[in-house]
Amino acid sequence: MSEIKKVLTEPLFGKNPIAVQILGICSALAVTTSLKVTLVMCVALTLVTACSSASIALIRNQIPNNIRIIVQMIIIASLVIVVDQILKAYAYDVSKQLSVFVGLIITNCIVMGRAEAFAMKNGPVLSFFDGIGNGLGYSLMLISVGTIRELFGAGKLLGFEILPLVKDGGWYVPNGLLLLPPSAFFIIALFIWALRAWKKELVEKAEFKILPNTEHSGGH
Amino acid sequence: MSANNDSIQKTLIVAILLCLVCSVIVAGSAVGLRSKQQENKANDKRAAVLQAAGLYEQGKSVAEQFKSKIQTRIVNLAEGRFATDAELKEIRDAGLTVDNFDQKKSSKTPALSRALGSDEDPASIKRLEKFAAVFIVADGDNIQKIILPVHGYGLWSTLYGFLALQGDMDTIVGLGFYSHAETPGLGGEVDNPKWKSLWVGKHVFNDKGQVAISVVKGGAEEGNPNQVDGLSGATLTSRGVNNLVRFWVGDTGFGKLIDNLKAQGA
Repeated sequence: MSEIKKVLTEPLFGKNPIAVQILGICSALAVTTSLKVTLVMCVALTLVTACSSASIALIRNQIPNNIRIIVQMIIIASLVIVVDQILKAYAYDVSKQLSVFVGLIITNCIVMGRAEAFAMKNGPVLSFFDGIGNGLGYSLMLISVGTIRELFGAGKLLGFEILPLVKDGGWYVPNGLLLLPPSAFFIIALFIWALRAWKKELVEKAEFKILPNTEHSGGH
Repeated sequence: MSANNDSIQKTLIVAILLCLVCSVIVAGSAVGLRSKQQENKANDKRAAVLQAAGLYEQGKSVAEQFKSKIQTRIVNLAEGRFATDAELKEIRDAGLTVDNFDQKKSSKTPALSRALGSDEDPASIKRLEKFAAVFIVADGDNIQKIILPVHGYGLWSTLYGFLALQGDMDTIVGLGFYSHAETPGLGGEVDNPKWKSLWVGKHVFNDKGQVAISVVKGGAEEGNPNQVDGLSGATLTSRGVNNLVRFWVGDTGFGKLIDNLKAQGA
């Protein structure tokens, strides 16, 4: 039980896939302009990561080493197609907005990374929860970024007006930059800064130390 | 991991079994969800019809709004009149439905379409269907608005959309595309509500009754009722929209239907 709890909670902060491992940044920029789309993407990625990790862990002792990456890709790709089909059937508008990004879950480093690093060495149940945990870590970051971007970029949350816009007779002048991809970079960077200030052990030791200037000490 | 996993035999068995299982799952989900997806697509198209006509209400069922406000009529393009029962039978015989007429499919059915020569095909659609489904907003026998399906080639893709006209068969109510793959931010701006609003109130024909509507590169003349600004940075898409709109209101397209309906004083 404690192991399951560990794989569920660790990726939230200490091993967050986006803020610490810097994986899955591409979709974090692309789908966070509105919270609704962000939520659907988070659910889709969490499900795919969990199910792919579980199925790979289930057959991990049968997978030939030579083709293990291809095997992982096939399982992930099949799950992504299934998710895409379900979205097209039950959430057509959102799937139109997500367009290629659902398909691109296949190339999301988080999914492959967990399959290769965790599911190949652990049992299916633990791998499933590891996938859920990493999906939640990804979701935590994406939802935070999405909330900030939609609230201050469009004055809305989930499409409901929170800050009345000037053009609709309110007082808030929206920050258009927040609706453009670079703003997600700034927000993620601020999160990484905050996380490292809070958890000092995340700050890597410097690989080398710059010596003090020796010009006045005479040299050779 | 045992070493014998890496034998050629084991590798082949694992690969083939895995592919079989995955393909069954993928194919199963695609087939199982197809009807639901097709319904979504049909509703998307209906929403585009309602939007072009300016009748779309957010938050209400698209299928119900469509049913209560819009009548679908099949048109014989060459004759410019609504299809007769014999012609409707012809459509059914070719394997298409009348209620949910698939115009895209009919343009690919030899019995229901003809090839266009290059001199009569400015919109680059290659084949012209014999019948088209138009959508009518009517008050009794009086046509208030008519929504014409239009399509034609832009820069990368065929644009599919609807052009809605007032009952005078001249004033534009709206133009909108529901399917295209133009460059986002440039040609993709055909979806921009600001640009679409430029079409509203423009006139298709000039005083002499000739097709005069056009998309003008560099900006329309002030007050000209027949000109719409081109999209900046999207010359070829603008040209495509210009060609396809002019083609479909022209004689090869819905021109004859428009003339006949005008003559009826509808």
